[in-house]
Parts: sequence; structure tokens; C-alpha cells
Amino acid sequence: MTSNDFYEEVIIAGFGGQGIILAGKALAQTAMKAGKEVTHMPSYGAEVRGGTSNCMVVIADEPIASPLVSQPNSVIVMNKASLNKFAGRIKSGGLLVMNSSLIDNKPELANTIEVLAVPADDIAAELGNPKAANMVALGAYLQKRQIFSPDAAAESLPDVLAKRYHKTLPVNTEALRRGGQFAKK
Amino acid sequence: MCGNEALAEAAIIAGVDAYFGYPITPQNEITAYMSKRMPEEGRVFVQSESELAAINMVFGASATGKRTMTTSSSPGISLMQEGISYLSGAELPAVVVNVMRGGPGLGNIAPSQGDYFQATRGGGHGDYRTITLGPSSVQELADCMSLAFDLADQYRMTVVVLADGFLGQMMEPVVLDKKPRRKLPPKDWALTGAEGREQNIVRSLWLGEGVLEELNYKLQAKYEQVQKNEVICEEYEVDDAEIVVVAYGIAARIVRSAVNKAREEGIKAGWIRPITLWPFPTKQINRAAEELRIFLTVEMSCGQMVEDVKLAVAGKAPVLFYGRAGGSVPSVDEVLERIRQLTIPANKQKVKSKK
Repeated sequence: MTSNDFYEEVIIAGFGGQGIILAGKALAQTAMKAGKEVTHMPSYGAEVRGGTSNCMVVIADEPIASPLVSQPNSVIVMNKASLNKFAGRIKSGGLLVMNSSLIDNKPELANTIEVLAVPADDIAAELGNPKAANMVALGAYLQKRQIFSPDAAAESLPDVLAKRYHKTLPVNTEALRRGGQFAKK
Repeated sequence: MCGNEALAEAAIIAGVDAYFGYPITPQNEITAYMSKRMPEEGRVFVQSESELAAINMVFGASATGKRTMTTSSSPGISLMQEGISYLSGAELPAVVVNVMRGGPGLGNIAPSQGDYFQATRGGGHGDYRTITLGPSSVQELADCMSLAFDLADQYRMTVVVLADGFLGQMMEPVVLDKKPRRKLPPKDWALTGAEGREQNIVRSLWLGEGVLEELNYKLQAKYEQVQKNEVICEEYEVDDAEIVVVAYGIAARIVRSAVNKAREEGIKAGWIRPITLWPFPTKQINRAAEELRIFLTVEMSCGQMVEDVKLAVAGKAPVLFYGRAGGSVPSVDEVLERIRQLTIPANKQKVKSKK
């Protein structure tokens, strides 16, 4: 691996039920469809609704050695506990996307780290489905990072969303776009 | 696909006729996947009432000459050891997947490599071995399923696929394709109905004088063939390395990143990755130990494979160990720091004089 190659390490975290793992899978699937190397590692086991949940996604041009992420380039946090746990690990020059609907404090981070506060729950509620907050945050992240477009992620959703939820594809697609639009501002 | 689903589909492609299993985290996706796919293929799926039942169902199905498997995680695999010993005594082929979790005891559900001894030493009672494969990616996990069934049938042995919770849960892109089967001996020992031929007997009880000793020598001769013919291992940048890191499974992925970073810093580091854990790549490691080097073994345990590395190195070079236990996973930086420390000339001298 030379240092010129593309290498993005992401941690997505929140509480169980926020669709953390689904957002990670959507990102991983989008990367795979774009021909990138990718790994996705979920936290697993005791993650029930209300508990903590996170996943690590690595996207690269070259085959990925370690799928374990200790210092991510980007972190997406959906609640306060995750902010406290993961924000401090972000690499210098990295990106923090945080769900400002549920996080009211401003994180104390090195000024090299860009912070994007997205009212993900509020935007999702406007769309009529509060559960789509994960896609709002993912859309904002994608727009900011400029790796793949929110629309590319929307195209990969049918692969990662169980068939019985396919009726939510339109609202999730809209959520990705709205997140992207918010990040453009 | 996650590792668990990939290995399940790969087993179906490899022609598994019957799957028996009992749920346990972190490998539940296998049982769930098989419960859907095996009936679709018109093959057998049974969720047994216990791990003991599952392994004995495997014994029964295997005795009829069918390709059969079970899967579990550490505590469940411990429960199966009696059955694996019986399979070995009866020379029945079987594939057992262990998606390891933290131990001892009920432990936890986090990834671990603490069952290396159990898998590579046999695990149950009696003089026997199980072929043990230690894949390190979702693709390799899938690929080793057809190899596992071929090896089981060729040598009439139990093959253990030693994965861990990380590998089972992790998602990576994977290509699933049908591999040509090895040329395998006919299963003329199988219980298929004795009409028109002599009766076949499958058993692991041998009471006649000297009969069991003879069986044991036959098994040992077979194990020697396996050791001679079936070792697989991968190595990287060993030629000029002053430090060689040995690791398997997911730990080897972490080591690979650490060694890459060490090379970027100008440290001459390389790695050896055993893919078959038994038979162990003793010769390959011994060959690498010819010149004065330091060996570092990295495991998600308190140090198990390191004993095999020491046996292979045979005193020619210092063998050190770094591991995390109880479901913790070593980070790239932890391993890199060990590599840095061990290659500082003063420390290197210290380690070598202690040898």
C-alpha cells in the first residue's frame, strides 16, 4: 500500500434501533458496487434496542489488511454516548458527523477536525419517518466526503434492506438526499 | 455477505448433504441460513436439541457416506468433543466449524483464538488429530469449505474450520464458485444397505487383543501423510526480515497492517501465516529460522500457537509472544509498537542473549 492510495476508515455509532448497522451495510455495499475493496465489521451480540451499537467500515483501493479501526478518518455519531466514546479517536484532519437532534453539546476536539452537525432526527421527522435519521446522517457524510453520492447509496439500499422493508425505499432515498443537501449548505 | 453466511453457502456449493446444529452466538447466522437454504436444495437441515445430539447426528449421517457438517462456537464445540473422538475412532469424515468466542467457561461472545490447543491437539480423548484450517478473510473462509469436505473424505477425518467471532460477523465482498472436487476414494465402507455385498461395520469400539493398537498405528500413518501433503501457509517479505511475525486468522490481518507500517518506517519486518494449523507449517518456519532473527507470535489468546512456533524454530532464534485474551482484539498500533521495541538494537541484543 502506498500512501497515495485511497483509504477511508469510518466508525458509525449510536444506540440499538437507530439503524447503525444498516447505515454501515449501505455504505459498504455502495463501496463494493463502485469497485472498491471494503470490510464491514458490526458490533454484535447484546445489541438490543436502546443498547449501544456501532460498526467499522474500511474502504480502499488495495486489498484491506486489518478490518479493525482504531483511528478513523470519519466518525458518524447518532447519540451523545457515542460522541463521547468515539470522537476522540478521529485522525487529525478527519470528519465528525453528529446527530445534533440528540446531541446538544459541542465536542471539544482538535481544530483540525471538521465537525458537521446535522439535525438528523428532525429532518427524518419532517419526511414522515423518524427511523430514517440514519440515512440523513449517511447522506450528509457522503456529500461532505465526496467519495460516493447519496444517490449511489440509495441505489444500493435494495441489496441491504430486507424485502419486507422495501416499502421504505422512497423515504430512505429522500432521507439520503436531504442529508446531502444539508451538508452542501 | 458476512463470514457466517458465506461459509454456509460455500458448504452448500461444496455439496453438504446434511447440516445439524444448535444455535450459539456468534455463529447463529449459519444455522439461520442453513434452515432456509438446505430445504430449498432438498437436503437435510435439523436444529438439534443440543450440541451432543448435533455431533452424533453428524456421526450417523457420515456413516451412510453423506457429506455432513455441524457448526458451533467454543462452549458448544467443547460439548462435541466426545463425538469428534468417536468420529476419529470410526474413521468417519466430518466438517466442524468453530466460530471461536472468549473463554474459558461460558466466557463471552467476543472474538477469540483460545481454542487453538483444543482444535490442533484433537480435543477429545485418545490419540487422534483433526485437520484444522485457519482462514483470515471472508473469501478464504468460503474457499476453505470445499477443501475441508475434500480433506475429510480423502483421509476419513474430522476437519475443523477454526474461525472466530470477528470473521463470522464481518462482511466482505466474496465470490462463491464451485471448485472441482479432488479425486476421492470411493466410500465403500459406508452403510448403504448390504444387499449383494458383505456387511459393512462402522464403530469406534475395538476390544480384541492388539486390534486397537493396530488401528492407532493405522491412524498415525494417515496423519503422517496429511503432514507430508497438506500443509498450506503464506509468507511475506521474510527474506530480508530481522523480525518475522507469525499469526493466523483475523490476527494475521492485523499483523499484516502492522508489518506494512513497520516497513514504511524502514523496519525489516515480514510475516508467516499458517493456513493449516494442523498440519502445522513446521518446515516453513524452521527454514525461516535458519538465520538469526526474532520471531514474534501474535494471537487472540494467552499464547497457544506460540508453542508450535517454538517447536518449529527449535531454539535457532528467540520466539516472543504478544496476545490479547478473553475476547479482546490486539490493535495494529499495539503490534507495531512491539515490532518497533523488538528491533531497537539494544533490545534485540537483550532478547538474543536471553534465548
